[in-house]
This record gives sequence, structure tokens and C-alpha cells, in this order.
Amino acid sequence: MSEAAVVVARDVRKRFPAERGERETVALDGISLDAPAGALTALVGPDGAGKTTLLRLVAGLMKPEGSLRVLDVDVAADPQSVQNRISYMPQRFGLYEDLSVQENLDLYADLHGVSREQRRGRYARLLEMTDLGRFTARPAGKLSGGMKQKLGLACTLVRSPELLLLDEPTVGVDPLSRRELWQIVRQLVDDERLSVIVSTTYLDEAERCARVFVLHEGRLLAQGRPEDIRRPARGLCFVAPPPPGEPARLLQARLLDDTARIIDAVPQGGEVRVIRRQAERGETAQQPGDALAWRPVEARLEDGFMVLLRESQSEAGAAAPLPALRAQAASGEAIIEVRDLVRKFGDFVAVDRTSFTVKKGEIFGLLGPNGAGKTTTFRMLCGLLPASSGVLQVAGVDLRTAPARARRSVGYVSQRFALYGNLSVMENLTFFGSAYGLHGERLRARIGEVLAQFGLEAQANAASGRLPGGYRQRLAMAVALLHQPDILFLDEPTSGADALARREFWRRITTLAADGTTVVVTTHFMEEAEYCDRIVIQDAGRLLALGTPQQVRKQAGETDARRMNMEEAFIGIVERGRKRETAEAVA
Amino acid sequence: MSAPGSGGFWRRLVSLTRKEVRQLLRDRANLMMGIALPIVLILIFGYGLSLDVKNAPVAVVLDDASPVARDVVAGLSTPGYLAPRVVGSAHEAYALMRAREVDAAVLVPADFSRRLAAGDAQVQVLLQGADASRATMIRGYVAGALASWSQKRADRGEAPRPAAGQVQVVDRMWFNAANNSTWYLVPGLIVLIMTLVGAFLTALVMAREWERGTLESLFVTPVRPVEVLLAKIIPYFCVGLIGLALCLAAAAFLFHVPMYGSLLVLLFSAMLYLLVALGIGLVISSVTRNQFLASQVALIASFLPALMLSGFMFDLRNVPTAIRVIGQILPATYFMELIKSLFLAGNNWPLIARNCAILAAYAVVLLGVARLVTRKRLD
Repeated sequence: MSEAAVVVARDVRKRFPAERGERETVALDGISLDAPAGALTALVGPDGAGKTTLLRLVAGLMKPEGSLRVLDVDVAADPQSVQNRISYMPQRFGLYEDLSVQENLDLYADLHGVSREQRRGRYARLLEMTDLGRFTARPAGKLSGGMKQKLGLACTLVRSPELLLLDEPTVGVDPLSRRELWQIVRQLVDDERLSVIVSTTYLDEAERCARVFVLHEGRLLAQGRPEDIRRPARGLCFVAPPPPGEPARLLQARLLDDTARIIDAVPQGGEVRVIRRQAERGETAQQPGDALAWRPVEARLEDGFMVLLRESQSEAGAAAPLPALRAQAASGEAIIEVRDLVRKFGDFVAVDRTSFTVKKGEIFGLLGPNGAGKTTTFRMLCGLLPASSGVLQVAGVDLRTAPARARRSVGYVSQRFALYGNLSVMENLTFFGSAYGLHGERLRARIGEVLAQFGLEAQANAASGRLPGGYRQRLAMAVALLHQPDILFLDEPTSGADALARREFWRRITTLAADGTTVVVTTHFMEEAEYCDRIVIQDAGRLLALGTPQQVRKQAGETDARRMNMEEAFIGIVERGRKRETAEAVA
Repeated sequence: MSAPGSGGFWRRLVSLTRKEVRQLLRDRANLMMGIALPIVLILIFGYGLSLDVKNAPVAVVLDDASPVARDVVAGLSTPGYLAPRVVGSAHEAYALMRAREVDAAVLVPADFSRRLAAGDAQVQVLLQGADASRATMIRGYVAGALASWSQKRADRGEAPRPAAGQVQVVDRMWFNAANNSTWYLVPGLIVLIMTLVGAFLTALVMAREWERGTLESLFVTPVRPVEVLLAKIIPYFCVGLIGLALCLAAAAFLFHVPMYGSLLVLLFSAMLYLLVALGIGLVISSVTRNQFLASQVALIASFLPALMLSGFMFDLRNVPTAIRVIGQILPATYFMELIKSLFLAGNNWPLIARNCAILAAYAVVLLGVARLVTRKRLD
């Protein structure tokens, strides 16, 4: 056993017994790993890889098979003595929402037996790091999502644990809060040599860790330093601009479909980034029909991860069928028009004089930190919430006077896919179809079409609640598109989804847009803005930026010498907006 | 920091209990259920619901027009019990019966006064049998009214005295002399309210912690399951006692229910039952780990049986055997029996000892099970 390992796992397995007609699930299937002390360790992997289960086993909340030693204690035999020494932040940290920030901190300090004197210094530091000092009296339930996560982290850090476990601490957190959370963790690792194990679906976060474990379907796919994970993709990564006049996502979609030669493709900075298959090394840009100016780029951890996943997936079987790409519909006319839109809740201005237009066939992104007014804007566009003032036209209909008529040309997929879990896929489609006014032959025909379009034929009779997340999302989209709306609204459709599921999702969106459907989408993943024709960035109800991703990056200060990714651009714009706000408030 | 392990028990318990009390005071829904609902129940059961028969309307058909027959109507007229009204014909009386406008019809036949003189007069009494217990009571009222009417006639010398040796039944209701149902409903209400607070409310708040994942965070600390449980028990035990105090105050000052037994014994047994109810609530929540399910199970397994099967509404001796067996499994039944006897009959020491022992055994077993099923484990 290595001296400096905080967690030593040898052939750890975890099975969940069969329940109500479902088969036994194997969450972890023979994991062996050593997590180093005094450093950051990342667990990465797609949904259902077993990350959360592994962390729960380490925290002594479940009993594993095999040998699992945490801080040199057999955690299965003596969970309490491990729990005395570690801190654990579950995916949704259990803050007591009725209790104030201070009371939550006090509770955990009491439970961990932190003395009064120790507390004084610790609280000051935690509140400063989390920037929660101004809100100590506020009930935890009234904090924004990012602040809640920071408070959860603060509660786990009321004393220095010997090991800190963080389970996807940044899910549903905007880039600014995400950066702040990582600064806190980083600082603790540097200052106190804290040992941290963090699970994440953000691969750029894993890049900052000393050690990375890639989990997939309960097995350890790879492990090592970030550069070890990157290695399989080295020399395979290239970037090229799309043909003039074509959005990057169309080229990206075509390349992604070319699975024989391409492992992965994503739009990036107005260009397309690909990972080629091994066999193609050396042939580089001279592919027939590919007169593109490919230039090689450095592999990132995400690239290595995608290579690993695609390799293991090809054994697992065929991916979902994807619709073919057709010629893009002509666009130009505005389908959504928003002018001086205002929404107030009492004194609070959630959306402040916002104006933009969305053109037919466009993919339009709404971006902003938690509590920026995205959701409020979104609900007004869908006709779910009346505006306080301003003009709001959707598909040529004024939403303020004829919301019902406007809604007919709108499909809406909410964050939590509003489906009836105990109805089958077919029953859900039939019900929602009739709710949209479809019936008889027409309904049957449309159901057949969407089942084929979303590759759901094989699941038609499965209970939708039992479907894996990706399939549920496809069904939710199929439902929203039954009545062939002109506009599709998607509220954080990729929140909590892994890289593979997100690729597939955007591939479908690209097809939809190419067929002329207008798509309006909110997202926390800034790189997904690259799929959009145009985006807006909102903060505190105000529109800070509007334009193509490239224009927005320019606005954030991008130059040819200093390239920016969307996340940097977003943080730059929001921070500048906030500075201006405080300057105005002072003046 | 003190050594982890046995140390810190009190510090953690105090902290967790303080957290629980704060949550209780800040969540309006909990306060409503813990304090406001008992008050509403007291008022509904005390004022709204009464099983007494008061001023029952009775149709009287006089086929005999003699003064003696008319005097029967005066005899039936017993303020507070029966309200007779003379109708023209038997048909009219039947119609009133069918329309449920009267609870009974008394038919005085044409030969009533002749046969009265001969000593074997008869009247026919028709009763609304749909509500059997009400019908039985009204029959008793009518029979009683007629008996005292003939007694009075004899006293006045208008009729021969009953023959020597004839037994006259003088009945009197013990332990509830006025036969006032409020007197036994209000003590029973104490059982219901303690069940509501102890089992239902506690199951709900504990299941909420499982559901919201707050326990997952809490578990990975030095906290012990028994501390989590005690921190739930202490505040809700106090809420239950407030409910008890409200009921006792209402019983004494609002409904003037007599209290023949010892108040101390009553308090002691109520505390025992509260522990039983808390045990039920904690077991339910730890097994279901889901608020909706916990509330349904608590309703079906504790509150409804306490309402229907504990002898609160229906005497357990009169129900089918299967139901009686179920009733006898319920801890609520023993507390119900004890509390009614304490209120209305006084200190029956053998009963007190037996039922307190049963309740104590239930409390120990249920709280023990709650401790066993509440483990710091998610699988």
C-alpha cells in the first residue's frame, strides 16, 4: 500500500439488487485505485459511470464488496471513524433552507466540534472566500444556485478535514460561480495540503487535478496525470474554419457523422475542432472533398477522454441513429421580436428593458449567470409569464394580446422534461399530441414520424420513467415537436448531461435548424454557445451582449493575438457589466 | 476538539435540537399542523360533532280523540329530549317519516282510552332505523316518557297503582350522567391529536430530511443516528404536550368535562403514548424515506385507525371480531381506554397499571425499531 494514498481501493464492486421487475444493476465493477494525499484527484466519466457511488462508498454511506481503505481505515467495517475525519459534499448539498447562512455554518461547526476560538478565524476566512459575508442572516433557501453551492462547500470546510469529497460541485452553476468555487478549493489544497477527490463532468476542471480517474459503466477506463489522459489524442487534433458563409455547426455535424474517420468534432471559436481516428495520422488535410485548411492543435484532456470513450463505446454497440442533414432553410425574416421587455416581481426587476430579435431558422442562445433573468425572459417568450411592459411578438402574434394563438406555434422542453413517467413512450406521445389538438390519422402519422426522427421506435412501449436520461430528453423533444411548431424552446437541455449526450443533442438541434425550425436555448455550458448563430448574455436582468459568438468574443476584448474561449468571454463581459453597474451606483 | 467518539454527544444533540426547533418555528406548515390543527379539531369535535339526540321531532297520530289520549301528547313532550307534533292521519305520519322530517311516529289507536281503562293499552312506535343508535335512544326516550306519564296518572289517582311485585326499571347512565357525547369525545380527541403530532408530523419532517438529501450531508460528520433521532423527538414531544395542554384546557373550561381520575396519571400516560406515536412516525419515515409516502402511511397506519378502531367512535365490543383484534393491536386503543376511564370514571388502578405497561412496552419496541432502521447508510 502506498504511503501517501488517502483512498486505496482494491477490486471494489457495488451492486444494487433487482427491484420491481428491473434487473440488478452493477454500479461499480472491480475498481482499483490509489488517490494521492495532499492533492486534487478527479473522477470523470459519463452519466451512470459510477462516480457518485464510488464517493458514497468512500464516505461510508454504502457497503462495498472488495477492499476499500480510507485514511488507512477499512471504511466498510468502521464508517464512523472515517466520517469523523472527512468532509463530504453530495451533489445536492443538504442545506437547511429555513436556516440562515450563519445557522447552517454553526450547525456543522457544532457537529464537527469546532471550538469558539477556531471558529472566529475559520468563519472570517470562509465568508471572505465565498463572498457570503453580506448574506449571513439570509435563509439558505433564498440564495442563488451558485451561492448555495458555495455555502455547502463552506459547511464542509468549517474545519480542515483530512479528506474532502466533492460530488459534481459545479453542476448547474454558472461560469463565474464555478471559477470561484475552484479558487476556494485550489487555495485550500495549496495552503493546507488538503486531499480532495472531486467528481465532475466538466473536463476542463479535471485538467487542474494532479490525478484523473476515468470511469465508464462502473469500470476504470484510464488513470494518471492529465497529460496521461490526453496522450491517446495527441497528434490527432485539428482545427479548420468552415467554408465561407456556412455556420461551423454544419461542418461539425457532417464531420461528426463521419464516424469512420472522425472520433469527435466540436465547433470552437467559429471553427471546427476534430479528433481523427488513429489510421488517419499522416494523411492529415489531404482528404478527398476536404479542401479545408486543417492545422494541428494541442490535445486537451477532453480530447483524450473522447478517444477513450469512443473506443469503449464501439464495442458497446451502435449509437442512436441520427437524422441526415439537409440544405439549410433560407432565413432573414424575424420570427421573435422583443422590444423594451420588462418584468418586475414587486420592486425586483427581473428583466430590464431588453430588446432583441430572433430570425427564422436561427439557433439563438440565452446565457447568463444564476439569477440573471434568463428563465424569466424564457418564460415570457413561451407565453408562460406575462410581461410587465414592452413588446413581445412570437410568429407574428402579439403574446400580450393572443398568448394562446402564439403558443400554438411554439414547442417547449422544460428543464425537467415534463413527461408522465409511468406512461409508455407511445402513451406520452398520444396524450401530448391530443393536448396539442392532433387526432386520428394525422396524430398517428406524426407519432410515427417523430419516433423515427428521434430513434425511439424500439422504446415505443417502454415506460418513459425507466428510460435512460438521453432517451428521456429525446422523448421530451419528440413531444414538443409533435405539432410541428415553428419555434422550439429548450430550457437548459444539457444541464447535468455528459459530453457524449451533449454531442448527440446538438447534432439533432443542428438538423432541426437546418430544416427551418427556430431554436431558442438556455445553457450553462459556454462552449455550447458555439453552436448558436447568435447569443445574448444577461446579468441582473440587463442585456450585456448580443451578437454572433464571434462578435461577443470581440466585445469581450478578443484580438487575433489573444484568442478567447466562450467561457473567458462570458466572464469578461459579466464582470465588466458588474463593474459598470457599481460605478453607476456610486456616481 | 474533543476526541471523536463518545465525546461531543451533548454538544451535537443540543445543536441538532436547536436546528430542529428553528425549523419548526419557521415553517408555517409545521406550526399549522402542530398547533392550529389541534385547535380546529377541538372546536369541530367539541361543538360541531355531537352524538346526542336532542329535541327529536316525533309525529303523533291520535285516532282516539279522548282527553286521556290527548294527555299522552303532553306526556311525550319532554323538553330537551322529544318534540312531539300531532298530525291528522297515519298516512301523514308515514309521509313525514319517509321525508325524514321526524325521527319517530307514535300511533295512538282508536281503542286506547277503552283499553287503558282495562289496563292493557297499547301504542305503536315507528322508528327511523337507518341510524340504529339514534333509533334506540329515541325508543328509550318514548318508553321513558310514557312510563313516567302513567306513573304520574297513578300518583294522581287516575289509574290503579301498579300491582305489588311488579318491578319498575329506573335506569340511570353512570359516568356520563347527562349522556353528553362531548364528555367522551374530548378525551378521545387527546388521543387523536397526540397521534397527529407524534406520528404524522414527525414522519413528515423526518422523511423530508431523507428526501431533500440533508441527511446525506449530515451523516458524513461525527453525528450518531441516535442523536439525529433524539433531536427529532425532543421538539415534537414538546409540541405534543402543547396539544395535550390545549385539549385539557378545552375539556375543563370550554366543555366542562369532569375529571374524576388523577391528572398526574393522565399526564404520565399521555407522555408514554406520545413516545409511542413518535416511534411510529420515525419508523415510517426511515422506511419510506419519502414525504408523500410517509404521510400516506402515517395517515393509514396511525391516524385513521386511532379515529376509527380505537374505540373513539365505536365501542370495540360491538364490532366484528377481526376489527376488534386489529383494534387491540393498536396502542391507541389502550390509551383511549385509559384516558376515557380517567376522565369519566376515576382512578381504576389495575387498568392504569396494565395499560401504562402496555404503552411503555410499545414505546420501547417502536423507538428501538426506529433506532435500528435509521442507519447512516444509503443502500
